[in-house]
Amino acid sequence: MSLATTQSIAEIRARNKELIEEVLKVYPEKTAKRRAKHLNVHQAGKSDCGVKSNIKSIPGVMTIRGCAYAGSKGVVWGPIKDMVHISHGPVGCGQYSWGSRRNYYVGTTGIDSFVTLQFTSDFQEKDIVFGGDKKLVKILDEIQELFPLNNGITIQSECPIGLIGDDIEAVSRAKSKEYGGKTIVPVRCEGFRGVSQSLGHHIANDAVRDWIFDKPESDGKPTFEPTPYDVAIIGDYNIGGDAWSSRILLEEMGLRVIAQWSGDGSLAELEATPKAKLNILHCYRSMNYISRHMEEKFGIPWCEYNFFGPSKIAESLRKIAGYFDDKIKEGAERVIEKYQPLVNAVIAKYRPRLEGKTVMLYVGGLRPRHVIGAYEDLGMEVIGTGYEFGHNDDYQRTAQHYVKDSTLIYDDVNGYEFEHFVEKLQPDLVGSGIKEKYVFQKMGVPFRQMHSWDYSGPYHGYDGFAIFARDMDMAINSPVWKKTKAPWKEASRAKLLAAE
Amino acid sequence: MAQSAEHVLDHLELFRGPEYQQMLAKKKIFENPRDPAEVERIKEWTKTAEYREKNFAREALAVNPAKACQPLGAVFASVGFEGTLPFVHGSQGCVAYYRSHLSRHFKEPSSCVSSSMTEDAAVFGGLNNMTDGLANSYNMYKPKMIAVSTTCMAEVIGDDLNAFIKTSKEKGSVPADFDVPFAHTPAFVGSHVTGYDNALKGILEHFWDGKAGTAPKLERKQNGAINIIGGFDGYTVGNLREIKRILALMGIQHTILADNSEVFDTPTDGEFRMYDGGTTLEDAANAVHAKATISMQQWCTEKTLPFVAEHGQDVVSFNYPVGISATDDFIVALSRISGKEIPEQLARERGRLVDAIADSSAHIHGKKFAIYGDPDLCYGLTAFLLELGAEPTHVLSTNGSKAWHEKMQVLLASSPFGQGCQAYPGRDLWHMRSLLFTEPVDFLIGNTYGKYLERDTGTPLIRIGFPVFDRHHHHRSPLWGYQGGLNVLVKILDKIFDEMDKKTNVLGKTDYSFDIIR
Repeated sequence: MSLATTQSIAEIRARNKELIEEVLKVYPEKTAKRRAKHLNVHQAGKSDCGVKSNIKSIPGVMTIRGCAYAGSKGVVWGPIKDMVHISHGPVGCGQYSWGSRRNYYVGTTGIDSFVTLQFTSDFQEKDIVFGGDKKLVKILDEIQELFPLNNGITIQSECPIGLIGDDIEAVSRAKSKEYGGKTIVPVRCEGFRGVSQSLGHHIANDAVRDWIFDKPESDGKPTFEPTPYDVAIIGDYNIGGDAWSSRILLEEMGLRVIAQWSGDGSLAELEATPKAKLNILHCYRSMNYISRHMEEKFGIPWCEYNFFGPSKIAESLRKIAGYFDDKIKEGAERVIEKYQPLVNAVIAKYRPRLEGKTVMLYVGGLRPRHVIGAYEDLGMEVIGTGYEFGHNDDYQRTAQHYVKDSTLIYDDVNGYEFEHFVEKLQPDLVGSGIKEKYVFQKMGVPFRQMHSWDYSGPYHGYDGFAIFARDMDMAINSPVWKKTKAPWKEASRAKLLAAE
Repeated sequence: MAQSAEHVLDHLELFRGPEYQQMLAKKKIFENPRDPAEVERIKEWTKTAEYREKNFAREALAVNPAKACQPLGAVFASVGFEGTLPFVHGSQGCVAYYRSHLSRHFKEPSSCVSSSMTEDAAVFGGLNNMTDGLANSYNMYKPKMIAVSTTCMAEVIGDDLNAFIKTSKEKGSVPADFDVPFAHTPAFVGSHVTGYDNALKGILEHFWDGKAGTAPKLERKQNGAINIIGGFDGYTVGNLREIKRILALMGIQHTILADNSEVFDTPTDGEFRMYDGGTTLEDAANAVHAKATISMQQWCTEKTLPFVAEHGQDVVSFNYPVGISATDDFIVALSRISGKEIPEQLARERGRLVDAIADSSAHIHGKKFAIYGDPDLCYGLTAFLLELGAEPTHVLSTNGSKAWHEKMQVLLASSPFGQGCQAYPGRDLWHMRSLLFTEPVDFLIGNTYGKYLERDTGTPLIRIGFPVFDRHHHHRSPLWGYQGGLNVLVKILDKIFDEMDKKTNVLGKTDYSFDIIR
């Protein structure tokens, strides 16, 4: 049952404040003081959520965060399909991130596309002692010989690379020259840099700037004729095909998508992006850096958009169209109208099953705010949310456009806090990641993975919204949740005694 | 528009529709794609002997290796002890990876903390992270023990766990007598199997040899019990339970060391159990008094077993015992060491496995198999295949050593069915791809990543190994013991029959062999 219908805002606020006090009690004093800054109850009208963010995680707590390597290789670079991405260092990082983000792409894997291959320099002790540059040189040669149709190579540094002082930039320059100007990108995304995967996104963006945009013209550059309607999709990783169910809408309204970053992306698309008339940015957190750079250097405007749920999709389509002429504006209206019957049917079918259900979120990137609208379209209410690696500007956007008064906010929440909050607030659904999934399901709380959509998707766009609605219904209304208590434990003892 | 509320299409069907196909075709223009003829030519070239030769000449690059790094094994072993929180000293992203990896395989929560070292720790060392981290985990998660291991970062900068833990205790992070065993587990040495070994040895050393100088060493007083070590195992839930059942049947007093079979199989009943089951700390200490220690996986206990032997126990190791002979050896060893009779029930179970093999061997006889995985798993499965009259052809273990290679060759030479087989230590799944193209086999046995090999080479995949992400609940059934052998037999047979049905189901062409009776 919705908390909002049973309690006043003041009551909810008091309750949430109390919850925060409760979890802080368990910590040593110093830790409690630090964690207190990351937990808050949102107050309507405030410009941000009132929490500190993008600060180091506390040692020894079960933070859900990843590292810079995860941000660069796992998120930004890994989905570029026609480049080989070397996990440079020991075997583990590449192995654990192998294929787990479901970045869909079309290509002949192992021949001209490489996303679901795990390339690693598999560092051994001697590489640590003597340095890995020579090995890297050999690896690049072996890639050239065995994967001749690769369009470029990136070197994703793992922790030891920075610590032992390898000069991967020098290797990259030398080998690029040797291979006739091939794009080889060294990325300093060692896992110990920064406080989360967030710095990895920034580092990856900077590598695009320095090693793709600032690279001398190469022969392979695309030669298509520009049109006034050319746009680039930035910050969509095509999880379960998200970028495709987004792209189709943009094309239907009359725009031409000349690049997709980075899901199903290619080096040629990265190179062509400065030709876009507008960069449209989905994941602000991971790719605002390169969007700002293109604005400054090439004068390309950028706008944020949100393709979760029909309300936000329509709002976003109109916002994007606002950058173009009447033809595109009419196109946007046409698209909204075309999909309205689908939207109506999805809402008619699923809203009655989901009305009033409460949700708690804890995700990365843009999703702690962006998906709220989609839940609201289905009559659901998000009562708690937080970012794994958000910055203050993410919390500003959340406060100003998404969350309601008295929403519980938790930045870099750890296992202990999250479990406690969920146990006390008893939401109908938790949306978070694989590490949290089974914890909450054991507690009998329905769960959806909101990083990878579990095995499902896409969730973006109108086609994706139908899947989103189905999945939330499937999770919340699964008959299994009525079975978690054994009948002989569920039936009150009094009833058993009375029967005796 | 193909999408509808009544019949929601997700990625499996949605993108096959004409709208999306046209969209993807238009996208190609911007991808600067390679000439399709050239893609085809290179694709065919990668299937050749010439490519295989170049591929095997690789010296530096690893492509699709079938191994993970040490700390994963350390975490896996640590959660096998009662109330134990694994604490990984190093940068935090690694822990997110171990937890995800284990959760994706077992479909279970995986609890582990990190000391969250960043740039400043890289310069000044991670002592403060250790001190604060131990205090925080101790207070929040109320463990009975915190088992510390390292990432490659902590190892490169040379953090000394022994000294750090001691100093942390002096600073009051955790009580002086609180158990904090540790193991150095650099990711650039060995694999997850090595990490399991190091962590387990670290824990036993802690309890047996004086708790890092804070207590007297235990004096061994031999009793009749037997210790069992399972090793790193994707089937730990089913396997350890099966071993316990067998030990109970035989009436053998025993301790399973690092028993993580409960923590990776907790019920959904409204409660999250962060700790469940596990070897009690008392049992871990008392295990020093046992008569003998049996390792189910030799290469997971290369350091632990000699350590146990130094304390005066008999030690015996097996190589992932699957099938009749391997289980026989295990049961006979149990009986010999414990002095207990082998109960009739086990003889009957054995007879049933023999019966099942006799019923089905006609379908397996002479079929060629490729296998890859951890060294002991590869050995155990190969031995079983030889017993079934199958012909193992390529056996590849990325984390297999020279000693593994030699032992494999001895095994293969022991059977006429092993004559055509090569064992490949240190090779990866891109090597396996070349092997499957140039010397095809009928079936491939390996973990989930084998699905790429199945797609590329058309070799049907039988999923046995770690990780298995894309099939559910396999880990709940044992592979060890006679009953486990039956499970493996059924997995193999099901795939054989599915393939036969697939090949014979073409209406009016091949369906004369689409038989009801197989």
